Amino acid sequence: MSMLEIRNISKAYGGIQALSACTINVEQGKITGLIGPNGSGKTTLFNVITGYERPDAGAVNFNGTPITNAAPDRVFAHGIGRTFQLTRIFPRLTVLENMHVAAPRNGSMGIFRRWSSAHERSRAIELLEFVGIAHLQGMPAENLSYGQKKLLEFACILIADPQVILLDEPAGGVNPTMTNQLADRIRLLNQRGVTFLVVEHNMEFVMGLCDTVNVMHHGAKIAEGTPIEVRNDPAVLEAYLGD
Amino acid sequence: MKSKPIWLLALLAAAVALPLVFPNPTITTIAVLTVIFAAAATAWNIFAGYTGYIALGHAAFFGTGAYSLAIICQHWHVPADFTPFALLPLCGVIAAVVSLPLGLVALRTRGHTFIVITIAMFFVAQLLAYDLRGVTHGSAGLSLPIPLWSGDFYNMPFYYAGLLILLLALAVSWWIRNSKYGLGLLAIRDDEDRALGLGVKTGPSKLLAFVISAFFVGMLGALWAYYIESIFPPFAFDALFDVAIALMTFMGGIGTLVGPILGALLLEPAQQLFAVYFGQSGWYLVLYGALLLVVILLLPEGIVPTIRKRWAQWTAARARSSPNSPAPAPPLPPSPTSQHPAIAARGEGGER
Repeated sequence: MSMLEIRNISKAYGGIQALSACTINVEQGKITGLIGPNGSGKTTLFNVITGYERPDAGAVNFNGTPITNAAPDRVFAHGIGRTFQLTRIFPRLTVLENMHVAAPRNGSMGIFRRWSSAHERSRAIELLEFVGIAHLQGMPAENLSYGQKKLLEFACILIADPQVILLDEPAGGVNPTMTNQLADRIRLLNQRGVTFLVVEHNMEFVMGLCDTVNVMHHGAKIAEGTPIEVRNDPAVLEAYLGD
Repeated sequence: MKSKPIWLLALLAAAVALPLVFPNPTITTIAVLTVIFAAAATAWNIFAGYTGYIALGHAAFFGTGAYSLAIICQHWHVPADFTPFALLPLCGVIAAVVSLPLGLVALRTRGHTFIVITIAMFFVAQLLAYDLRGVTHGSAGLSLPIPLWSGDFYNMPFYYAGLLILLLALAVSWWIRNSKYGLGLLAIRDDEDRALGLGVKTGPSKLLAFVISAFFVGMLGALWAYYIESIFPPFAFDALFDVAIALMTFMGGIGTLVGPILGALLLEPAQQLFAVYFGQSGWYLVLYGALLLVVILLLPEGIVPTIRKRWAQWTAARARSSPNSPAPAPPLPPSPTSQHPAIAARGEGGER
């Protein structure tokens, strides 16, 4: 069953067509890869899905509900979490405070209670342990290394228990050890039922992780299939090596 | 940690006892103005410090509060006793109501644009005070009832009313800082779009903080108006007020709980004393400016964050130098997974 349906999304910036009738399906319980050369529209597509950009045309459905043009906080509340290519954490908050920002509160008065309940705190620390940075919990997040920031950003969205997580270059600029560690964590979460859509340039990472891979070029999907099928697709080779 | 409440109680007792110990009117006059500015800076910090939006138009709400009390007193023939003090919250509410549409418009912008918009709003408010002669009497100003009490006691009620508002503003600031709502405001300060994407209701959160700060500043404007007895547009709506509360907050440490109070405690008495001793020569402004320069040079982050940092360094150094004390957590070494800068930089290219 298709959990996240992206249908015929188009988006232009001035004369540049960033996305043209792009259609991608993300199956529930799968890890879907999204690859393509620089400038092929992957990040723009993420921005459209998560409400940071309005598409010119097309629709995004999540579990059958239209979420096209929903604001980022609404999209997040639906159960779609994302990370950014340029890691975005809250630099002057501590690691533990960062973890609490996305923790959901019930009722309109919920946010006026203390920023951390015992339950939230133990959940936050559990997730920090899950990604292996629990020992840094009291540190201002700006003091973390680039890789640690990526792990924190990843752990941050887990606290809201999203159904689907969009990862924008999770392995970009991260050393191989940490890349493997991250891939492990993604697989583990996937086994627990979390769906993933992953943009990545690291082919080894994509090929080892993803169930299906979509290839984008010039704002449209040019191929879809298992990693092996995609790797041997002439159109894909053309997109990467041609032009 | 256990000594903290005792320290706070001692400070509170000192603040309460101050006008009783030093009943000299020169000192109590400075004390009244200082608590007013300390409370205003604290209230301004609730919005500007926590959200990172530098508003330079809060004098509009100070003036609104001042004129509200003056107009109410005229129309309702309020007696010149303690009744005007009871009307302060109402004046605060009026300022808050005025701030609601202004905040709604101004908060559609960010950064420098927001600063300019708030300054423009302040000037519009000042112009209205000049031109709505039917209610404000324009540049002729408005008079408030002259308090019945006098002599050495004169400043006392104003001082304690100001102190009460300061404590209230401090309590609200503390509560916000420790709430989930406040965490959302700090997240907005660091990365507003990311906060929105993590479910923080950024729009309503910012607006609420703006309105809360306007409420307190409006109350303080009304208190100030009753204190000085007659108000005129350029003094009730004073651009220097905007600059002063911002400077006090920056000096003490923006975004900290007690930084704004500390800044006000240093700057307001300094300004008043310089004016008293060097007022005629005009040198007091030069002195004031020099003091600011020194602070900016030595403590660019503000006093509270700098002291906090030095204290952390000092305790860490002391812990290292005494070998038989139980070793505290050492400063964390860079993790083995930390990145070579060249590798990290590569990940930052690519498309957007």
